[in-house]
Amino acid sequence: MRRPPKPLPIVDHDTKAYWEGCLRGELLLQRCSACGAFRHPPSPMCSGCLSTEHEWVSAKGTGTVYSFVIVRRAFHPAWETDVPYVVAIVELDEGPHIMTNVTDIDPDQIEIGMAVQVWFDQASDAIALPKFRTRQGVTAC
Amino acid sequence: MTSTGCAIVGSAETEVGRALDRTGLDLKLDAATKAIRDAGLTKTQIDGVVAWQPRREPVPNHSAFVAEQLGIAPRYVADISLGGAACASTVVSAVAAIRAGLASTVLCLGGDGKSSVDGKGRRGRLASHRQDFRNPYGGEGAPILYGLMARRHMHEYGTTSEQLGAVAVACRRHASLNPNSQMRQPITIADHQASPMVVDPLRRLDCSLISDGAGAVVVTSAERARDLPHKVVHILGMATACRYGDVTYQASMTTSAAVEASRAAFGAAGITPEDVDLVELYDCFTHVVLIQIEDYGFCAKGESGSFVEGGRIEIGGQLPVNTHGGLLSQAHVGGMLHITEGVTQIRGDGGERQVENARIAVVSGQCGELGIHVTLVLGSERT
Repeated sequence: MRRPPKPLPIVDHDTKAYWEGCLRGELLLQRCSACGAFRHPPSPMCSGCLSTEHEWVSAKGTGTVYSFVIVRRAFHPAWETDVPYVVAIVELDEGPHIMTNVTDIDPDQIEIGMAVQVWFDQASDAIALPKFRTRQGVTAC
Repeated sequence: MTSTGCAIVGSAETEVGRALDRTGLDLKLDAATKAIRDAGLTKTQIDGVVAWQPRREPVPNHSAFVAEQLGIAPRYVADISLGGAACASTVVSAVAAIRAGLASTVLCLGGDGKSSVDGKGRRGRLASHRQDFRNPYGGEGAPILYGLMARRHMHEYGTTSEQLGAVAVACRRHASLNPNSQMRQPITIADHQASPMVVDPLRRLDCSLISDGAGAVVVTSAERARDLPHKVVHILGMATACRYGDVTYQASMTTSAAVEASRAAFGAAGITPEDVDLVELYDCFTHVVLIQIEDYGFCAKGESGSFVEGGRIEIGGQLPVNTHGGLLSQAHVGGMLHITEGVTQIRGDGGERQVENARIAVVSGQCGELGIHVTLVLGSERT
């Protein structure tokens, strides 16, 4: 039986710049022009000061694992051959949290606080997904 | 104690189970007609209908459609689509409507044929902006978001898998005493530990059931309730609270809108946690019960793991939790059966699972990974 493809994001007005950045290998964050707060995922307005003005800023691409799960039973048929895999929340050094996969590691070795670095998984011609792997020899927290 | 001035006068559950081969509409109409009969009313006396809107198979104009099927033309209808907070919200909406004079007697309804109509068509479809940043990572599935919270609770407070297991064991024991439950075979902590990891750190026995079934209650004024057949179950207090719609990007994953909802509802009812005889806490996953026990003030933050050990949350213990078996072991009907069970306990009709001298029962509903919370305080007396 043929497996369905993994779902890819639908690029819209609010997220276009973000996904274009990923294609170039840049992890972009919105920074509110009025109050300076970083935010993720992309949204039209700052939830703090309600300003709709923002700049796109290139994030360092480094952060730490805030929480994670090891998915051992696929909930979507496209992931049936991927299990076990890690879904994690990474706290970026700039502050915002991002949902991602932590890759290139035995899932049982992952810990909260582990230092990670972004890489870009070319999922299609139009989409590169930011994923993370551990920074060699570096453990924060 | 004080009161909202409203009471639950009718209550009913359908049969529950996996793949009953009944439609959601069939189940809901079954629950609705039984609840109206239980209240000692006829259908034409129902002038409000508030229905839980099933998320997987939404029905346009759901409450109005139910009313049409019941052959009534109510003054007030509302559909509520707040996932696991929706069933408790139907009662909140009913009380608000009655107090505003929009209706006098409101039917509140929840449930569906979830396991018979599997919702397979939705797989792989990205329906919201947030899903664009979740599903491409294989992040679809409630155990994933909830599992991230469980992991943080373990990290911050040292909570163990065995402590999560104590919640599963308690719910199963209570379900074993409930003739209308899906899972009646008692389990032990060892059984919990032997159950496979689904989304590590959550095991299969940390996850709630997939069920067909429905429940309904009828709400009216406390004055009117006195003329009806059953012992009056007063809605002493209620409150809702919202912190967020999705836990993914929150700065804390271990405390929730249950703090604000429970404080406000307890304040409205004029009670403290010590006054509560039993709780029916929304239990889509075991650790969700732990976080609520803390946020409601039944123990200090971070101490729920040891609190639930040793049978403290079982019937006969200090704080019986989910006396019907909950979503974990009775059935997952969106939380409506937490409400019907609260009514059963206050009426004293719990049979083998009756909590002695049950005078105050607290019922919760929640969704958005505890970002949206509803607390109902039900009680046998009003002063």
